[in-house]
Amino acid sequence: MIPLHEVLILAAILFAISIMGIFLNRKNVVILLMAIELMLLSVNMNFIAFSYYLGDMAGQVFVFFILTVAAAESAIGLAILIVLFRNRRTINVDDLDALKG
Amino acid sequence: MTIEIPNFTPAIPEIFVLTMACVILMVDLLLTDRSRVVTYLLAQATLVGAVLLTLTSMSSTSVSTFGGMYIKDPMGDLLKLGMYVAVFVAFVYSRDYIRLRHMFRGEYFVIGLFGLLGMMVMVSASHFLTIYLGLELLSLSLYTMVAMNRDSGESTEAAMKYFVLGAIASGMLLYGMSMLYGATGTLDVAGVKSAVAQMKADDIILVFGLVFIVVGLAFKVGAVPFHMWVPDVYHGAPTSVALYISSAPKIAAFAMIMRLLVGGLEGMVASWQGMLIILAILSMGLGNLIAISQTNIKRMLAYSAISHMGFFLLGILSGTANGYGSAMFYVLAYAVMSLGSFGIIVLLSRQGFEADKLDDFKGLSKRSPWVAFLMLLVMFSMAGVPPTIGFYAKLMVVQSVIDAGLLWLAIVSVLMAVIGAYYYLRVIKLMYFDQPETSEPIVAGADMRAVLSINALALLLVLPWVGTLIDLCRKAIQAVA
Repeated sequence: MIPLHEVLILAAILFAISIMGIFLNRKNVVILLMAIELMLLSVNMNFIAFSYYLGDMAGQVFVFFILTVAAAESAIGLAILIVLFRNRRTINVDDLDALKG
Repeated sequence: MTIEIPNFTPAIPEIFVLTMACVILMVDLLLTDRSRVVTYLLAQATLVGAVLLTLTSMSSTSVSTFGGMYIKDPMGDLLKLGMYVAVFVAFVYSRDYIRLRHMFRGEYFVIGLFGLLGMMVMVSASHFLTIYLGLELLSLSLYTMVAMNRDSGESTEAAMKYFVLGAIASGMLLYGMSMLYGATGTLDVAGVKSAVAQMKADDIILVFGLVFIVVGLAFKVGAVPFHMWVPDVYHGAPTSVALYISSAPKIAAFAMIMRLLVGGLEGMVASWQGMLIILAILSMGLGNLIAISQTNIKRMLAYSAISHMGFFLLGILSGTANGYGSAMFYVLAYAVMSLGSFGIIVLLSRQGFEADKLDDFKGLSKRSPWVAFLMLLVMFSMAGVPPTIGFYAKLMVVQSVIDAGLLWLAIVSVLMAVIGAYYYLRVIKLMYFDQPETSEPIVAGADMRAVLSINALALLLVLPWVGTLIDLCRKAIQAVA
């Protein structure tokens, strides 16, 4: 059986990758959306690991809700991305600089 | 296996708002653009109905239902009433503004109501799952409302930035929740509290989870250094949406902080007090200093919102019931001030013109002495000049910080308030001592003028009842803390 701490380390690595993906990425907004998705999945992994080792179902139920909300969130994110592309003809992160100060 | 039917009565306001939002969505399909005002009236009727439902069911005891996921208590009722009024006023101010900008669609009001529903769930949540679901319902509604003006590059950019940073905030909050779940073995707020009481308060996993929770909360209230989205969203969003974002969701954020930090993690007050002190000082300092250099009044108000969130955190970090009560009073007073300030920007805007530059306020007293006077009241209240309500709000939070033995922090916050007064008074100077650059008449509906006048005058005329209001907030808190 895989010990709990190894699963937690994997989840933490995934979480760190997703944060890096958001802050270091200067190219494409779609990659940001992917990183956000990865972030939620790493949290799910945490919940499932804890739920399994604690023998408590609540954590796994929580994961279903997170998955559902993540689906709604990416739907809205992609919708915003489309209106953004229509207005700007670009989805380059560096070009999102009209608002500053 | 038997399934127990939960007690639905405590959640009747939520059920009513949800049902009406769905009904309005359907009714709106049958309306033409000329009769679209029916949607608006139905949305407002929903808010009035929700006020009545909450008022008639108010009691001084707490009721828990849905397997302990939902709690109805005096604090929740009071905050919900504040949110109904804030959303009602926001809709009144929005009506003409969005009609002139071709956003007068049913979705605007339906999404506004869904956002309200999310806030109501957050206020009444007593389980990590309900807190998360309420927060997401609110956030997803707000992202959509910011992007409502589809043809504006600025609005969509603001929506994208808000979306990405909001999603990071949710991710952080969830990661913290998962850590707390692992440490305590429960997702129930009350269960977490009793589990924390039995563990050591500096348990490494608990503190690890707490850090993520505080970061997530700081993102959501827009405290420095997690404030990057606030100015861009206020600036880019249609003014009527900035109005909505700056009022009711702040009240809901207060409830979320109360449920998580006080309801669940009060045993770790020594740990989160230090984190909140840093957030509060940075927010007050950076918010007030950067606001001085702004030329766009919406951006200026965004930085002012950041500094106000710093003051509001002062009440929370004092860690006493009186402090929480002061923070609650502060956030309610701030919501009223914020509605007034954005309401005046909406009032001065007209077809094809946004009054979002500071220069647009030049000589306002010569164009309309009454509107200038209302703006004067709002600015005085935001700066914290007596005898407006903003002064008492600041006084109460500073008092609670002194009571907690943090005299130096109280001195810092008063200094920050003095710095902040500069840019509020500058607006007044522009209005009264400069020459107007335009002679365009100010056009607005009678309902908007009346509500805006009441809104701004309330900041002054509520004075005889300030003590009663503060008592009300403190009593409501005592049932929780």
